[in-house]
Amino acid sequence: MKELMINQALITREQLPLMGGICPFGAIDVNGRSIEINAACRMCGLCVKNGPPGVFQIRENSGTSKAVCDKESWKGIAVYIDQVGGKIHPVSFELIGKARQMADKVGFQVSALCIGYNIKDQAEEILSFGVQHVYVYDQPELEHFRIEPYAAAFEDFIRELRPSICLVGGTTIGRSLAPRMAARFLTGLTADCTTLDIKENTDLVQIRPAFGGNIMAHIHTPSHRPQFATVRYKIFTAPVKIPPAQVAGNLHTRRLPEEKTFSGIRFLDIKPKPQETGIEEAEIIVVAGRGVKRKEDLGILQELVVRLGGQLAATRSLIEAGWVDPRRQIGLSGRTVKPRLIITCGVSGAIQFVAGMNSSELIIAINTDKNAPIMKTAHIAMEGDLYQIVPGLLERMGKETEPSRP
Amino acid sequence: MNITVCIKQVPGTSEVNLDLETGVLQRDGVESKMNPFDLYAVETGVRLKEMHQGTVTALTMGPPQAQQILQEAFMMGADEAILLSDGRFAGADVLATAYTLSQGIRQSGNFDLIICGKQTTDGDTAQVGAEIAEFLGLPHVTNVSAIREVGKSSITVAMDLPSSLEEVEVQFPCLITVEKGIFPPRLPSYLKKKTCRYKVIRRLSLDDLEDTNPARYGLEGSPTKVERIFPPHSDNHRELWEGTASDLVDRLWIRLQKERLV
Repeated sequence: MKELMINQALITREQLPLMGGICPFGAIDVNGRSIEINAACRMCGLCVKNGPPGVFQIRENSGTSKAVCDKESWKGIAVYIDQVGGKIHPVSFELIGKARQMADKVGFQVSALCIGYNIKDQAEEILSFGVQHVYVYDQPELEHFRIEPYAAAFEDFIRELRPSICLVGGTTIGRSLAPRMAARFLTGLTADCTTLDIKENTDLVQIRPAFGGNIMAHIHTPSHRPQFATVRYKIFTAPVKIPPAQVAGNLHTRRLPEEKTFSGIRFLDIKPKPQETGIEEAEIIVVAGRGVKRKEDLGILQELVVRLGGQLAATRSLIEAGWVDPRRQIGLSGRTVKPRLIITCGVSGAIQFVAGMNSSELIIAINTDKNAPIMKTAHIAMEGDLYQIVPGLLERMGKETEPSRP
Repeated sequence: MNITVCIKQVPGTSEVNLDLETGVLQRDGVESKMNPFDLYAVETGVRLKEMHQGTVTALTMGPPQAQQILQEAFMMGADEAILLSDGRFAGADVLATAYTLSQGIRQSGNFDLIICGKQTTDGDTAQVGAEIAEFLGLPHVTNVSAIREVGKSSITVAMDLPSSLEEVEVQFPCLITVEKGIFPPRLPSYLKKKTCRYKVIRRLSLDDLEDTNPARYGLEGSPTKVERIFPPHSDNHRELWEGTASDLVDRLWIRLQKERLV
């Protein structure tokens, strides 16, 4: 356990009023003749480096350090299968793919957890993705997602299996369930990981954009189990199904006792929202960024979208301006996409945006500024004006494709 | 109806740079503001109070300067405010943050409803609300995009799922996290600003909480540790195309054909 120590005696009268400026987080308060560290402290150590010599020290305080949990007794990787109305969210399969890769490294097994009603067939299907075990809680009280019974089933599963790692999809349900479980087991949860790996000591390496996004953080959970991580859709790749003859996993049916199915939530109704094809499913995406000057100019991009048979998406600024439907936003606060082709038009490429599209197969960026961050992400960085290139391309496509099209 | 709204002070911008030599974040001169998503939470709380009586308590954890956003909550119509501030809360991850807030809520008196914003703009995890509910043993509903009905002992809300809207009735006491756009947040009122000079922010330190074990708070109470931070890497296989617009169009057209994308 680290502790920040202050040697007040070393601070001179002249230095005292300047002490507040040392900390970029404003964590140093000057109170009369002494200084105090407030709740803004991140233990970053900048004060040790930049403050007067000896005034700030970070010490390893072994006395209060927590007992490291017995990592040996927590084994295997669990994947929560996210389903609504019997339809499994594809992020679940992607997580199985990642779980299998990591499990192979340390000799773990992969188990999937299914909670719902009338989901036996779905549970069977999951075995074909190469997991060793599928645990099913299938009862009428679990038909609709209500937090208490779902959390109770998840808890029962963890107590039975003692998995080292639990992976949960970054869906609405996953983001509701995973934190609940992490708090119940007083353990760590890292949201929206973009890279996962496992160390030999079974510590999960979790990498995610942090501090608003333009920095990546490697986060780990060194002395708590299970280690919870959520991952968004389309970050990892789903494994290929194995032929039925080779399916070797086991199906375990478990039942949640009556008293644990209680909920303060009563399901009333579910209505589908008017559905348009989501950008997540699109093979080709054209993205409008701040380089698009007027709302009307989206017309040329829309035309390109139609010609390419793709979908239009946008960055946060255009969504906030109300020019484009929020469901078409790419990035950390929008959707994650992984199309075959993505053409960004006038997008600068803030990491919040890039995190939502950088696993696309071919990234073409059109930007007038060749130093824009997007140009480092793009496979093809075109230094040019979208107002010239897009109409030019449309003209080219019109000339050469129209006659051959039905 | 007594409502507690959890809010957070976040940097006014996400422009944060990393000093590559020291590995330290540079946030000098960056202004702070209320997390934009929390404005909707405060607005929801104040609207419910206006329609059904009761009180709204705004609660935050942070350094002393975080009282700015509590003042702002007063100006929007909050009745009381609590600032959880203590050096021992520093460096908290999701678990320790949620635990601290849940302890603060226990000190805030009786409540029927806790409202949180959907997520913050700095942490962006959308997890703290659900963890608070767990620590308080309450049912919770996330992504609430509309309040349908408020009864004596329950509230009926619409949960915004990606492709559907689910309506549920939740018994009090409970916790909800609200979507952006549930109600348009009002601007801080000048009249309220004048009256809130007399309102006092309750400041709680670790010693004022029910659980005074420092090992549950701050960096020490955080199971996750940041091992290192680094700038995002960029892909090496990239081509920079420069030239006249018509050259670029030609090259792009040829490439799209070659990749069988047109």
